[in-house]
Amino acid sequence: MNFDLDDDERALQQGIRELCRGRVTSERIRNAADTGGVDRGLFRELGEAGVFALTIPDEDGGLGLGATHAVVVFEELGRALVSGPIVATHLAATLGVEGAADGTTVVTSAQHDSPTGVAHLDGCDRLVLVGGEHLQRVDADLVGEAAVPVNRPLDPLTPLHRVSALPDGDILGDADSVAEWRRRGQLLTSALLLGNALGSLELATLYAKQREQFGRPIGSFQAVKHVLADALTRAEVARAAVYAAACHLDDPDLGDVDAALAGAALLAADAAIKNGKTSIQVHGGMGFTWEVDAHLYLKRAMVLAAAIGGVAANEERMAETL
Amino acid sequence: MDLRYSTDEIAFRDRLRSWLGEVLPTLPLEPDRDDWEARRTYDTQWQRLLYDAGYAGLDWAADAGGRGASPTEHLIFLEESERAGAPYVGVNFVGLLHAGPTINACGTDEQKRHHLPRILTGEEVWCQGFSEPDAGSDLASLQTRAVRDGDHYAVTGQKIWTSHAQVADYCELLVRTDPDAPKHEGITWLIMPMDLPGIEVRPLKTIAGSDEFSEVFLDDVRIPVTNRVGDENDGWRVTMVTLSFERGTAFVSEMIQSRILLSDLAKLCRNLPHGSGSAWEDAGVRRELGHLAALFDALWALTKRNVTQATRDGIPGIGGSVFKLAYAEARHRLGDLAMGLLGDAGLTLDDLGDLPTAQHVRGWLHAISISIAAGTSQIQRNIVGERILGLPKEPRRA
Repeated sequence: MNFDLDDDERALQQGIRELCRGRVTSERIRNAADTGGVDRGLFRELGEAGVFALTIPDEDGGLGLGATHAVVVFEELGRALVSGPIVATHLAATLGVEGAADGTTVVTSAQHDSPTGVAHLDGCDRLVLVGGEHLQRVDADLVGEAAVPVNRPLDPLTPLHRVSALPDGDILGDADSVAEWRRRGQLLTSALLLGNALGSLELATLYAKQREQFGRPIGSFQAVKHVLADALTRAEVARAAVYAAACHLDDPDLGDVDAALAGAALLAADAAIKNGKTSIQVHGGMGFTWEVDAHLYLKRAMVLAAAIGGVAANEERMAETL
Repeated sequence: MDLRYSTDEIAFRDRLRSWLGEVLPTLPLEPDRDDWEARRTYDTQWQRLLYDAGYAGLDWAADAGGRGASPTEHLIFLEESERAGAPYVGVNFVGLLHAGPTINACGTDEQKRHHLPRILTGEEVWCQGFSEPDAGSDLASLQTRAVRDGDHYAVTGQKIWTSHAQVADYCELLVRTDPDAPKHEGITWLIMPMDLPGIEVRPLKTIAGSDEFSEVFLDDVRIPVTNRVGDENDGWRVTMVTLSFERGTAFVSEMIQSRILLSDLAKLCRNLPHGSGSAWEDAGVRRELGHLAALFDALWALTKRNVTQATRDGIPGIGGSVFKLAYAEARHRLGDLAMGLLGDAGLTLDDLGDLPTAQHVRGWLHAISISIAAGTSQIQRNIVGERILGLPKEPRRA
């Protein structure tokens, strides 16, 4: 048993962290709001770094890595608040959608049964319809007719369209691939949520060290220190759950894969939402302003929490194991 | 990262499991909770069985007479023992987890020769004399005074929260030998035989009704200087060495119990009247149970993470504080959920009616101690805030 990052995973983590550090600046994040939430240059760079081809087998031109590597990468993307449909593009690449693996084709997804809100439609080339008996691939511009942009999306970097009906597309996979898409999507979204929870914590911790009141950094006061310690604790518990879920997905002999995924999803969502609010609180009045990034983390946490089906549904799924 | 166990670890687990299967049915009945003499006999006899089977001091270094097992093997040992319903370490706790390893690290050859084998075989029972009424979270401010008098120390003062003092043979005692030095630099670590004149043990009754802890009053107790572990005034360092033996496995048995308690509560909910149906039919109750299941599974994974890091670094990370904060919180949630559902059955420490309810009342009371014992949750938050997040310390008096 070695339940910590190995050397490969650590190198991968560092690489993605470096890439995001230089590239995903606060300004660039904000500009992405004008381009459907998708920064195509960044998608290509992520593609070059292997983010979308991570789990594609070697013989098919991918990196042949497992879910444990993927969560390490997506944790970093979440931490850096990378916008756009990175999970859907990654999953589409695994299914062989052309251009997805190198990030030149951007792919979003929608639920077949209730395609009400579709994210990043304007910034995408393809859409994958998930559900029913199949996975289907639809060209994004064919959806345009039936799509109405939502004026004020909660997360300014996740623009939404209201879609009443979606056209049928080319079949990408059967019911099994629908289930696999959902499982992998659940795990990667949980990893983004974990990174998001850590990102909120880092932002708030930095502020608590710099901001002085009563002649001292506010982080020296236990009233502030303790809420940040709780935020770290939530994130570390979520990390253990997300990493364990990745191990389960790579090796189903370890136990109930779906329960591991549900537990990871709900703890990561809970940590991200609570840490997002904690971060705004620690920033005080400035935290409630648009210009401080704290709200961007919280709002993204809400988007991702919806993508895992919400905390409540996953709690119900866990209760089934009892 | 890899959650799979190695072939050797699996073989270790299989051997242990089959031994437990043979030996456990031969044990006598567990004694009454408040009969301390009987508990000492029961716990030390179990220790002897472990010793004879080669499982005593599993986590001790080989030169101390231990097995030098990896933290992962120790994790497996604790997990399997708890799942099989084996006796808890009980009165052997302080000797095996604190005093023994400390004497091995800092004691004289004579001290090692005398104490280590007896701790391993269950012949010696130890208790801990660290905390005092005015030295709890701020342990280094302890005031129990030791004055050198020839080849003895004359010790006067008071200790508190001393588990198993009624039946202990020795006490690991922290005393102040230099009252003028800065508080961390005037402390000494002594081995105190509990049969010396001047020692009075008064049991303290806890809110759970047990007398697990005692107050220990010391009035001019004369302890030989040869019983000192480490140098005079170097006791704080010796104490820190003790704390560094923790390998992330401290709560393994409790974690297993907690998961079982949660499953039992879920079963109970299916039979517990609630509104017009059972508690299980309430989606809010199910969701809280589900959330707790996720939390306890994650804490089990976090335990494995801490054990992995202890294996790699040889010293425990500060992951222990994170774990304890989250574990205490989860146990409070579990207890509160149960008590909110039990109704009148929550008002007694015996089962009321036909349903097994009392264990949840006991669990709720126990949870209250978890956020206090071995470093309160408030102290843990300071540790996490300052040592992990790097936040500045509050100004404090030297």
